[in-house]
Amino acid sequence: MAREDDWKRLERLMDKVEKGSAGKLSDDEILVIPVLYRSTLSALSVARETSLDLSLISYLETLSARAYFFVYGSRSTLQGRLASFFSVDWPRAVGSLWRETLIAGAMMILGAVAAAWLVGHDAEWFYAFVPAELAGGRDPGASTATLRDTLSGVEDRAGLSVFATFLFTHNAQIALLAFALGFAFCIPSALLMLYNGATLGAFFILFASRGLGVEVGGWLMIHGVTELFAVTLAGAAGLRIGWAVMFPGSRHRLEAAKEAGRAAGTVVGGVVIMLFIAGLLEGFGRQLITDTGSRYAIGLATGVLWGTYFYAPRRRGTALSYSNGQ
Amino acid sequence: MREFITPEGVDLRLNIADAGQRAAAFLLDAAIIVGVLIGLTVAAVLMGLGAAAAGGGGAGLELVAIVWLLGFFLLRNFYFVAFELSARAATPGKRIIGLRVASRDGGRLRAESVFARNAMRELEVFLPLSLLVGQSQGGGVESWMYLLGFIWAAAFALFPLFNRDRLRLGDIVGGTWVVRNPRRKLTRDMADEGGERLSRFAFTAAQLEAYGAKELHVLDDVLRVRNRRIMRSVAERIAARIGWNHTPFDDDYDFLSAYYAALRGRLEQRLLMGVRRRDKHDV
Repeated sequence: MAREDDWKRLERLMDKVEKGSAGKLSDDEILVIPVLYRSTLSALSVARETSLDLSLISYLETLSARAYFFVYGSRSTLQGRLASFFSVDWPRAVGSLWRETLIAGAMMILGAVAAAWLVGHDAEWFYAFVPAELAGGRDPGASTATLRDTLSGVEDRAGLSVFATFLFTHNAQIALLAFALGFAFCIPSALLMLYNGATLGAFFILFASRGLGVEVGGWLMIHGVTELFAVTLAGAAGLRIGWAVMFPGSRHRLEAAKEAGRAAGTVVGGVVIMLFIAGLLEGFGRQLITDTGSRYAIGLATGVLWGTYFYAPRRRGTALSYSNGQ
Repeated sequence: MREFITPEGVDLRLNIADAGQRAAAFLLDAAIIVGVLIGLTVAAVLMGLGAAAAGGGGAGLELVAIVWLLGFFLLRNFYFVAFELSARAATPGKRIIGLRVASRDGGRLRAESVFARNAMRELEVFLPLSLLVGQSQGGGVESWMYLLGFIWAAAFALFPLFNRDRLRLGDIVGGTWVVRNPRRKLTRDMADEGGERLSRFAFTAAQLEAYGAKELHVLDDVLRVRNRRIMRSVAERIAARIGWNHTPFDDDYDFLSAYYAALRGRLEQRLLMGVRRRDKHDV
């Protein structure tokens, strides 16, 4: 039977593919697989309607499923995937999250302002917002001179690359957590944003109260623009998922979560890249560039770059679109 | 078994992986990750010792620290992503158990889905884990808070047990599910063998009316297993029902396979007319 030969051929090809030698398939073989897959699929439909041979039906079912996974599997090249990620998917996904980004950003600012106000009134509050290991001696008990020294970048330069690596991995982990926590109905993500802002506000007001406001601004901004933006985006991605799970609207809850997850997943993938850049800026840039003016310039430049990259209007591409609810 | 419609509109009826299989696959992956981490640590320490012996000191240790930090980070976050993005759509653990990740809607498995489903692991695995470790340090009211937090986190970790498709949070967000990787050989058609023997048995239409598709499939199994005792009792029951004079000297297998071939021929013929007879009670 000719059809049976087709199935056998498809089965042999699938064995080959699943053994990990997909790269060894010839062009002919790659072209013939979808053809064999569709003919097997139609044979399955026919068999279900006309045959009572269970073993034949389940054989065709499993063979079709194996071929399906090959035909519809994720097989685009890494290069093509990266190109479309950077040129279309990532900026578009970030753009589609603008509302959540504003909310997450507002949360962080709210936390910062509240903490700054509290610490401004009573310096003891500082210890409530900044854990000791993060402060590293930069607390209200330190003298102004010590504080000034911590901003100048005269710390030991030998360990810079370790420091940068540590910062990157640490922050990326926090960002991923901010994203995942969104599933628990937004609240933990929002709290994380508030808390992150509070830490920042407490730090800033401490330095500002000693007349170091401008300097600490540059110290924070050189990497902070990228890092805080990344953390905000991670929080926004979490909020999007939590919101979709809580209020799926007219859609099935699973459907809503999946759609939110698609945009949010893209954003979080990009956030890791942003944090890597921020880690480099923090570990190297901040220690090597000590001039406050240059620090501000770099901070502003990164802000403008990210802003244009994500939000500048661009021509509509053909790739995925992220609907914002409907 | 779940409905799974391909873009061509055919239902592939995939098998969903059960909780035990998924847990086993995850434990295997976890073991691999821990193994690699141990290897990485040993290598880093050896490198550090080598660097210290060579007098490099700081630079060597720095490299060790970076290798370890980055290695740990990449393993924790990208082990699953990288393997699930490959053509097999499965981590080594899943491959050993025979599972793979598929998109629930039948379309392509997207990179962002894989990323989202694995980023949720922070909530499902690492948060409960860190709370578990953290608990040992607290005391009094604090340990109660930890306990509450742990229950809260564990609810997310145990989520797959509370839904039909064994979806974990990552599957929900990623729009994916984990299915059994199918594998099955084409076995011989029992009707072919029965057909050869059919000439010796002439069943009447009335005798073939006795059963439906369900009994046919039971008979198929019986013929495949080919257990002498089972075949004997089945042959006697069928003979009694259709009024066939089956003597103990007749070969049970011959009789059963001939009846199977005849019954299937008749049922499939009626199937062509659009009549599907489910079982013997279906008229």
